[in-house]
Amino acid sequence: MTLVMPPHSLLPAATVCPTPTSTPVSKAARPPRQKMPEQPVAERILNFDEVPYGYSPELAELEASRCLQCKKPACVDGCPVSVDIPGFIKNVAARDYLSAARLVKSTNSLPAVCGRVCPQEEQCESLCVLAKKGESVAIGRLERFVSDYEREHGLGELPPTAPPSGFKVAVVGSGPAGLTCAGELVKLGHEVTVYEALHKAGGVLVYGIPEFRLPKSIVGTEVDYLERLGVRIQLNSPIGKSETVDELLESGFDAVFIGTGAGLPYFMGVPGENFIGVYSANEYLTRANLMKAYLFPEYGTPIIRGQNVAIIGGGNVAMDAARTALRLGAKHSIIVYRRSREEMPARTEEIHHAEEEGIEFQLLSAPVRILGDKSGRVKGLECLRMELGEPDASGRRRPVPVIGSEYVIDVDTVVVSVGNGPNPLIPQTTPGLITSKHGNITANEDTGSTSKPDVFAGGDIVTGAATVILAMGAGRRAAAAIDNHLKVNKQCAPSCSVAEIDQVVE
Amino acid sequence: MAKVISRREIAPQTVLLELEAPRIAFKRRPGQFVILKQDERGERIPLTIAKSDATKGTITVIFQMVGAGTRGLGTVPVGGEILDTVGPLGRPTDIQHVGTVVSVGGGIGTAVAYPIASAMKAAGNKVIGIVGARTRELVILEEEMRSVSDELLITTDDGSYARKGFVTDVLREVIARGEKIDEVLAIGPVPMMRAVCAVTREAGIKTVVSLNPIMIDGTGMCGGCRVEIGGQTKFACVDGPEFDGHQVNWDVLDLRLSAYKDHEHDACRLYSTENH
Repeated sequence: MTLVMPPHSLLPAATVCPTPTSTPVSKAARPPRQKMPEQPVAERILNFDEVPYGYSPELAELEASRCLQCKKPACVDGCPVSVDIPGFIKNVAARDYLSAARLVKSTNSLPAVCGRVCPQEEQCESLCVLAKKGESVAIGRLERFVSDYEREHGLGELPPTAPPSGFKVAVVGSGPAGLTCAGELVKLGHEVTVYEALHKAGGVLVYGIPEFRLPKSIVGTEVDYLERLGVRIQLNSPIGKSETVDELLESGFDAVFIGTGAGLPYFMGVPGENFIGVYSANEYLTRANLMKAYLFPEYGTPIIRGQNVAIIGGGNVAMDAARTALRLGAKHSIIVYRRSREEMPARTEEIHHAEEEGIEFQLLSAPVRILGDKSGRVKGLECLRMELGEPDASGRRRPVPVIGSEYVIDVDTVVVSVGNGPNPLIPQTTPGLITSKHGNITANEDTGSTSKPDVFAGGDIVTGAATVILAMGAGRRAAAAIDNHLKVNKQCAPSCSVAEIDQVVE
Repeated sequence: MAKVISRREIAPQTVLLELEAPRIAFKRRPGQFVILKQDERGERIPLTIAKSDATKGTITVIFQMVGAGTRGLGTVPVGGEILDTVGPLGRPTDIQHVGTVVSVGGGIGTAVAYPIASAMKAAGNKVIGIVGARTRELVILEEEMRSVSDELLITTDDGSYARKGFVTDVLREVIARGEKIDEVLAIGPVPMMRAVCAVTREAGIKTVVSLNPIMIDGTGMCGGCRVEIGGQTKFACVDGPEFDGHQVNWDVLDLRLSAYKDHEHDACRLYSTENH
């Protein structure tokens, strides 16, 4: 057997490098699912660099050869943006990586992001025929490979765009929903401006998901791509404050898409939550990622580098915070979760990476109080043991406290990662926009249309905190609905001249 | 990018910057703030807008150069640029005709008190201004405050200018005169606001304070600026920055403001080595 090293120049010699199984593909012997080479644990916990290196062309080709090329591919049904999965994998198997990348990009505007952070195991890969007998095709890893290949070889071609429609659309929020919606609309010939509250575009992709899981340069490239397509990005513009939705409509936008996400962190409401050293996961990750606090004082934003850090919650964000704490120098980074492992909402891969890195898990533990020292700094977390009772509304078994089981974990930092509510800036300032009692915007699931004319919404602001790909799916469906709405309901036909457009705007 | 149109040191270590920010100047109302980020590596620094000129398209901020971030910001020359400027953020002050308003500004807090006092005056209120500072040279915006106050009282802790004492001493005297005071606005360091609130609670006068906790995004996303108001957690950026002073848990605010004291030393040390 020949050892084929991935041709990545940056790959350290010590890297654990999976060997592609070089057996010729036949019905008798299908190669196993190929692993991605990744940074060794001992090294990666000391840096913020991306953990997996991605497939080499050899590994990608081998993995692609596992695809059965089903006539009726179930995997596509599992993809919220309907990527032609067998189609692009066929291209990879034929070593035509650029065609593969183009095909993915035709329905997925952020493939390098999705290839990294999508929960494929619950979506496309869960429906793969091979999954029934063993391991599914590694669709996500292949998606990542083709988009990385295209980016690294500087061959990102622009897709054809429709002639200018004369319509203007404002997209509020530059996270996954907004960027996807903007990308689709600009391809349809509309003039698109994206408004972002922060100083960098990408939403949760830049402030939330850490560098070691999604390098910011990749988000930057995806944003550049949209700009090259003609999307205008207006940073430092918190709509609701800098301008209201009504002012956008009055200023000449024919439609507005709201994709402002779930950006209002929940706290637990237990005593001690205001001690120094208690962070929301949003704040902790924003300091570390967006503001680069791990480079303090070269970068101006500080962060408390705890030695013993408790992260409360069991989702992907909690895993991100726990692994960030480790990289900031924590000796013990401990996930505290009130249910058991089976109920943890985080992706298996994220839990696996966290475990590999030495993250500790205190399961069936519910925080009841944060303890502080004389100067108001965190010195401990008091928890109560739980046991699982009957299933609750979510179908998960409800945690029930064990009376008298209180115990204290010695920690100096606590990161609260128990979810986010909808950001209030737009609901508070947009009359006529109906929201749920929790503040989520009420919108049609298929079209994103809201109670307010010409205003559409999608992503976490509608559904509550969910995944990147679901937000992208909503952005894509809303773009189609906005396109249809403009063409059907607006006076200005796509063929009208610029002079007529100006009149309509006035 | 926001260009620095003018820059003045109005007191030691205290800088006034007028910035070109037409969209914010147009939209801004008294009590709101902006966040400035000087350059790629800079911190996001929240500052209340002291003044704006919608015609000229400028906003004015006043701050003390206390940490590495504000020291950097304070040295951007006229014609220089600030990379990121975002706003106006926070809820505007509730400006109404209530009768007689006492506006108390302590130290740099006067820069925040001034636009509110000015709007209160414009709304037809009688405004009694109280400006306090540690020492004479730290008294700021005296003329501006005088122009919007029916009566202006000044105190210095060391007696180097005007009346010797604290703003609370003067406030007590004003209350003792027996004139009906409908509202007190108090903006300044935490000990000052706390002391003012103690006085007005006793006298049963509604008191509004403007809080300045540490924050990052200013849009509700990080929760770093949480304050405790009437036993409830609120976010100063979206629920404030102004709150009922009698409901504020001052201990929590004071504590949380001290979170990065140790870090600040490191940052200042680095700033000094790089800039001298």
